[in-house]
Amino acid sequence: MSQHVPAPAPVVPVDEPAIRVSDAPQASWAKSRERLAWLMVLPSVLIVALVAFYPLVQSFRLSFTNARLASSRAVENIGLNNYRFLWESDTFRTAFGNTVRFTIISVSIELLLGVIVALIINSQFPARGLVRAAILIPWAIPTVVSSRLWAYMLNDNYGVINDLLVYQLPKTVSWIPFIGDNLAGIFPDEKIAFLARPNLALPSAIAVDVWKTTPFMALLILAGLQIIPGDVYEAAVVDGANKWKQFWQITLPLLKPAILVALIFRTLDAFRVFDVIYVMFGYKVETLTLSIFTQQTLVDGDRLGRASASSVIIFLCIGVFVLIYTRLIRVEET
Amino acid sequence: MATAFDPARLPPPTQFKRRRVKPWDIVAKVLFWLLVAFVLVYTIFPFAWAFLAAIKPNADISATPTRYLPSEIYWGNLEYVFNQRDFILALRNSIIISLVTVGVALVVGSMAAYALGRLKFRGRSVILYIILAMTMFPAIAILGSLFEMIRRFNLYNTMQGLVFTYMTFTLPFTVWVLANFFKAMPGELEEAALVDGSTPFQAFYKILLPLALPGLVTTGLLAFIAAWNEFLFALTFTNTYEARTVQPAIASFRGSTQFDEPWGSIMAASVVVTVPLVVLVLVFQRKILAGLTAGAVKG
Repeated sequence: MSQHVPAPAPVVPVDEPAIRVSDAPQASWAKSRERLAWLMVLPSVLIVALVAFYPLVQSFRLSFTNARLASSRAVENIGLNNYRFLWESDTFRTAFGNTVRFTIISVSIELLLGVIVALIINSQFPARGLVRAAILIPWAIPTVVSSRLWAYMLNDNYGVINDLLVYQLPKTVSWIPFIGDNLAGIFPDEKIAFLARPNLALPSAIAVDVWKTTPFMALLILAGLQIIPGDVYEAAVVDGANKWKQFWQITLPLLKPAILVALIFRTLDAFRVFDVIYVMFGYKVETLTLSIFTQQTLVDGDRLGRASASSVIIFLCIGVFVLIYTRLIRVEET
Repeated sequence: MATAFDPARLPPPTQFKRRRVKPWDIVAKVLFWLLVAFVLVYTIFPFAWAFLAAIKPNADISATPTRYLPSEIYWGNLEYVFNQRDFILALRNSIIISLVTVGVALVVGSMAAYALGRLKFRGRSVILYIILAMTMFPAIAILGSLFEMIRRFNLYNTMQGLVFTYMTFTLPFTVWVLANFFKAMPGELEEAALVDGSTPFQAFYKILLPLALPGLVTTGLLAFIAAWNEFLFALTFTNTYEARTVQPAIASFRGSTQFDEPWGSIMAASVVVTVPLVVLVLVFQRKILAGLTAGAVKG
């Protein structure tokens, strides 16, 4: 679950243990070690089974029932009725559509910005450490706080974004010779109600998500950049390739595995988006996502069965993502 | 593995080479520095803005046109926040829950990580893959069934309940990262201990665990941040400040009037729960960078 924990990205499984028990001189050593290993692993295995595995199986089971939380009524098996209900529900479809849109748009923007920021940090300039520290700040800020903070900044009356867009930026750019006045003209004349206008609600949430999670994307891509050996570029310089060419023909292809890993984690995260949108908008149709739908169905609607069906659908979608991506990575490697 | 991000391996800072400066170089340089400035402002400004709002008089906050710097330093909003009993309780709950979560995850997780990283036994790779899968799966997929479980065990609205559910995302992560960490240590370590007559378990806690301290600090920090920032479970599995943490508290923070959001006190509360994190992250920058990308890229 990397929703909260930054991804322990999993490309290299721990395959070979450092010590081979078979190397040990006595078989009894090997036996006692094997027993010890199991004893040490057991608590973790039990906890994971109890808090993750069992509930997951339970989610599937409950999704075929009419279970409720606060009811002593006998739980009945109702087959696929929950799924049928969701399939026919306009609300659920809206939530699905919003989630897909949110995921695609935010992850694409984050990838683009992430690559740019990673390239900046990877190039040689004096303030590099400062930039690297600065991008950790949005990452460290709790999502709930970022959401409220941006809601304050996007406020239509006294929000600073509106002040910047309507007054400060046009004033600043109009100083630029020749094109200044035209540039100033592209800014809005009136303050914008970002959070109240239905068509701007989802984009606002995307803006907050991009701000909060681009750093993570950038750091993963930066890690990929730093393992590209320098001599590849030296060869390219000898061949007369300019920077632009070097980026497209060397950096980007070599960066593909790192980008794929970053994409997996961000897509999985974005698809189950809850905090950002719930804190900014609560339960609103324009910004309803699958996770918010599920949580509300469970807590306010007290429909454990139906919420579980919705959970299962999210789980399956994410499973499909993981499959596709891991396939892609394997294809890359062969 | 953990070599993925190693700030020590960065190339040395700018080396100026003597050559003729072309006009295009100057333009490129200016554009580059503008870009750097933009990234800095983009990442730092919002938090700075929250900080300013926390120490601005309320009249400054609702002033139009926007007043950027406070006309005077005003402590009223911070005072208000610290006089809110609910907020103090939420802070206490968050501290206890996050620390206990980290403690349990590290104690239980480091043992498993040692076994998985350094001992060979049947079932090892199956467990590793299950743990890895668990680091990726979505909390929302088990929200309902966890809720039912929590109620059955009478853990609804308790701190124990939250610590219990927080294991879903902290434990697999801790085990995975630490297993990689243990595996990367040199192989002769326990052998020396075994020659001295220690049991393998003594070799673990007397020799390897102290050596693994940097890894423990990194994973502990990341798990702490994750637990501190968690919102969905805290919102769903609690309903009073017996157990409710700061995140739902801030999400539902309201002022004295219902008509306008009390941005000053909201931002004051936000700054209070965020400053410790930002300080931690900046102090332990390198460790966090290494932990964040641990195992992400073959290195």
